[in-house]
Amino acid sequence: MTSITTDPPRTGFPSLSRLRRAAGRAWSPRATSPLVLLLLWEIGARTGFIPDRILAAPSAVLGTFADLTLSGELPWNLLVSLLRVLAGMAIGVGLGVVLALMAGLSKRGEVLVDPPLQMLRTLPLLALVPLFIVWFGIGEVPKVGLIALGAFFPVYLNLFNAIRSVDAKLVEAAQVFGLSWRELVRHVILPGAAPGFLLGLRYSLGVAWLCLVVAEQINASAGLGSLVNHARDFLRTDVIVLCLLVYAGIGLGADALVRALETRVLAWRPSFVKG
Amino acid sequence: MSISSPLRLVTRNDIPPADAAVRLRHLNRRFGDSNVLRDLSLDIGRSEFIALLGRSGSGKTTLLKLLAGIDQEAEGEIVTPANRTVVFQEPRLLPWKKVWENVALGLPAGDGRTRALAALAEVGLAHRVDAWPATLSGGEAQRAALARALVREPELLLLDEPFAALDALTRIRMHGLVEALWRTHRPSILLVTHDVDEALLLADRVLVLDHGRIALVEPVTAARPRSLSDPQIQAQRARLLARLGVTLNDEPTP
Repeated sequence: MTSITTDPPRTGFPSLSRLRRAAGRAWSPRATSPLVLLLLWEIGARTGFIPDRILAAPSAVLGTFADLTLSGELPWNLLVSLLRVLAGMAIGVGLGVVLALMAGLSKRGEVLVDPPLQMLRTLPLLALVPLFIVWFGIGEVPKVGLIALGAFFPVYLNLFNAIRSVDAKLVEAAQVFGLSWRELVRHVILPGAAPGFLLGLRYSLGVAWLCLVVAEQINASAGLGSLVNHARDFLRTDVIVLCLLVYAGIGLGADALVRALETRVLAWRPSFVKG
Repeated sequence: MSISSPLRLVTRNDIPPADAAVRLRHLNRRFGDSNVLRDLSLDIGRSEFIALLGRSGSGKTTLLKLLAGIDQEAEGEIVTPANRTVVFQEPRLLPWKKVWENVALGLPAGDGRTRALAALAEVGLAHRVDAWPATLSGGEAQRAALARALVREPELLLLDEPFAALDALTRIRMHGLVEALWRTHRPSILLVTHDVDEALLLADRVLVLDHGRIALVEPVTAARPRSLSDPQIQAQRARLLARLGVTLNDEPTP
């Protein structure tokens, strides 16, 4: 599996530090035990100690990866899954931002929007799947809908909260300097709420990914989930493990994407700023 | 209560009221049951430098907020120039805007940067215009806040304990800077402070606020630049401290 390393403190020279980190990682002592486990797993599988239908050998997974990539099966299904997440995220994050702005920027909006959402929030998301199937059938709609709903709440809750906790002293100062309501929102409130929004975005990516896995169990004829379902029927643990790795890899990639966004958008933050 | 006349009208004799930059008459401000300002009247002349002393809870900040227009819930008459601005105790710079953008905040976009750079140069921050506020020292941040106020060319500059959080040496430098800027731009200044020495070094008139009333007016006539060792200043210092409830061991209180 992937190894998780803690990041060293950021410096002003990302390229150099990345090089150093990469060089350090090549013979890092932390890499030893995962490698040993991987080796034991391989040996166990080859000697038949771990049966193929329980867990395929790492080398077999790698081979499957090559096969499925060359046949186009993996890229195609991956694309289908990615598009589902993208569509769901777009809807969920878009709605989350709009409603959080409504509730965050006006008292009347809050009274209107917040109470029902706070009630809905307490429903366990994945328990809604049966209802979604009844409402939307088993096509793309319930899948994208579930992802959208999952992505919606973290963005709504975090952005709403962030708007409300923008430093009142900064708002007061901006009013003294004659900013209009619109300028106040643009120059003070939205940038002040940006860290909260990005935190929400990160959470919502995680939830969206989880929702995808569940949603694709609903009679999917394409996507990573359908690949897993077929593999399950034929006891192809190599394909299942491969898909798990792909899920994990994309989760990491999405997280890195938001972090890159943070570094850009929050360049003013003391943790990023080096005088 | 040790104030002789409860309704005290404080005006400076040498400035006719028509020429006053600020005119307050019978100002009352209540928060619930407590009267924070009681029938307060005050004129501030054009280009006059006023220092406002008072213990915590005496109503200093309330008065400043009324003058700044942040608080509009008072009874009585308030006349202030429309062009007024505040330097707060904390710099209150927007952390997500570069120093010059903070100074140019709310200015017309066209010459905003030019004016901001000029104001920053004036407070000695020409080398930090493109820095993030988080990288500034306390003194630098407060100078940027001063530039942000000055760039608006205010007729009334309200200073809310702007030096309180600075170290002693930086504070001395800031005193000089504020005095120099006041000489150049000639705004009326109301400086709210806890520091009697600061008030005596900078102000034309020092007021003591007590329980929402002006309890003492001390015109400071000593020539500038002033020194705290000036006997006249020392006498005034003792008087002010006595009014604030501090008695000095080595000086008899008048």
